[in-house]
Amino acid sequence: MQEKRVIFPGMLVPLLLLVPQLAITFAFFVWPSIRSLQGSLFEQDAFGLSERFVGWANFARILSDPDYLSSFGITLVFSFGTTALAMSVALALAAVADRAIRGSGIYKALIIWPYAIAPAIAGVLWWFLFNPTIGVLPRLLAPLGIVWNHFLNGHQALLLVIIASAWKQVSYNFLFFLAGLQTIPPSLLEAAQIDGASALARFRAVVLPLLMPTTFFLAVVNLVYAFCDTFAVIHATSAGGPGTATTTLVYKVFRDGFEGLDLGGSAAQSVVLMIIVGALTIVQFRYIERNIHY
Amino acid sequence: MAEIEINRNTPLSPSPGLRAEPTVPGEVTERAVGSRRVKARVITHKTATDLLAHAVLIFGAALMAFPIYMAFVASTHTLTQSLTGLPLLPGDRLIDNYRQVLSEGLRNYGLPPIWPMLVNSVVVALAITAGKIAVSILSAFAVVFFRFPFRMLAFWIIFATLMLPVEVRILPTYEVAADLGLLNSYTGLTVPLIASATATFLFRQVFMTIPNELMEAARVDGAGPLRFLWSILIPMSKTNMAALFVVTFIYGWNQYLWPLLITKDAAYYTVIMGIQRMARASDFEPQWHLVMATVILALLPPLIVVAAMQKQFVAGLFETEK
Repeated sequence: MQEKRVIFPGMLVPLLLLVPQLAITFAFFVWPSIRSLQGSLFEQDAFGLSERFVGWANFARILSDPDYLSSFGITLVFSFGTTALAMSVALALAAVADRAIRGSGIYKALIIWPYAIAPAIAGVLWWFLFNPTIGVLPRLLAPLGIVWNHFLNGHQALLLVIIASAWKQVSYNFLFFLAGLQTIPPSLLEAAQIDGASALARFRAVVLPLLMPTTFFLAVVNLVYAFCDTFAVIHATSAGGPGTATTTLVYKVFRDGFEGLDLGGSAAQSVVLMIIVGALTIVQFRYIERNIHY
Repeated sequence: MAEIEINRNTPLSPSPGLRAEPTVPGEVTERAVGSRRVKARVITHKTATDLLAHAVLIFGAALMAFPIYMAFVASTHTLTQSLTGLPLLPGDRLIDNYRQVLSEGLRNYGLPPIWPMLVNSVVVALAITAGKIAVSILSAFAVVFFRFPFRMLAFWIIFATLMLPVEVRILPTYEVAADLGLLNSYTGLTVPLIASATATFLFRQVFMTIPNELMEAARVDGAGPLRFLWSILIPMSKTNMAALFVVTFIYGWNQYLWPLLITKDAAYYTVIMGIQRMARASDFEPQWHLVMATVILALLPPLIVVAAMQKQFVAGLFETEK
């Protein structure tokens, strides 16, 4: 950033050029966040008429609320489940597609397009496929002795939203894993082969370590996706239920803020989320800033 | 560290993922062609594993396509058929069902037809895309080609948008929009979404590669900053804009939470949130045949964009990765 660059003189022009971006950012990003922060330290009555400074009380309250803690646990299972599933399927497909086989271009095109599908639609599609009374998949599961009913069984509901969320994300991971695989010098693999390493050994000893940067980057991106973008998957399908079985942190903020009208608690939850997502973003950025060289 | 640099650099070439065919003339670099050949030679005797590879990839492609295929099948049958055991092949109700969702939708449940929702989605997605690109170009231009006080502060405020997705600040953002009178309006559906750190950083990268000589030449010729932006920078970043267009269009089209919050008036529904409204309209089983017809209609525009601009799409994903 400190390179010698020829620049235009003047200060008014650049400030005017920045106005649209900064105005929108301030009005819809920074200001609401400040209000969340503020709201988390106060207690408001339901009509917003009076407020009282309560310090950390809202945080103390949500952190000792069993519902909130269970939502934390659900979010962890959901996020890591989605990330692990989406990444492992994508890696398997990418490792196979990296081989120079005929028609690999067509396969790639066929695997990457679900990226364009909205999370809400992904949710509705799998909700339909797994529908206990009419879905195709419960019919297939029945002979195996599995009774599928995500309306009653919380674990199955959680599994359903994980599958729907991961399914949509496979294409993105696939693309990045494939790009990562294609930068691995074939001479390394050849050398390992000459040394007698089996295909599996080559994958574990050569490919996986060289893919670590890509894997790490994707893990962060997928976690952020699972934290935030999957609201639509959950809202359009299980709506947090049955009970609170699929109520992730983001879903709980929404529900408590709009339906529960617990303003202080909802604001405190927002702040906790900001810290988590902010930390993930910084990890992602620091890592990229260090390793990227244009 | 060397391999990391390779790894992070290559994605910037337009479409590494889709360019694996070793024989595309002129497209592949010398090194890549050579290495691909080596790879091909190493594995030629393994036809059996090649077959296995085909099987895995076909399974992968099927896994991706299966839910959409079943949605399409459901959209071509009657509701009774969906409820009593959906066949695996399309039925004969294609035209009837699609005509019904487009012109009537679930009118009995007080929902608008899908046609106006699709129009809303197109308007909103295009407005978000155009707005994002315009606003980001202007800010990147200001940050790269000028020096002014608080330049770094401006940079960090823009960066902050990355850390604050709408999901973590739902209620206060809704309140701001309500205070500004943006509920139930196209302005409200689009403007809050057009601030973008990724797009700004992308253009900043592009602009930083513009040689100083080019700008000096422009200034010698008497071009002011806006002239330079319009006649030189914008034409030079056309490929990046195309890549950004695909990714942003998909982003805008797929918005869910924000439209859900700020539209109470059904005239402003977008189709993605409309699907949820349709699925939830009935207390009993949803009207699956109509819901799935809507799903297919809502999928088509982004899929067409991706199919038509696949190269730009892949480039866009890699360029906006940060």
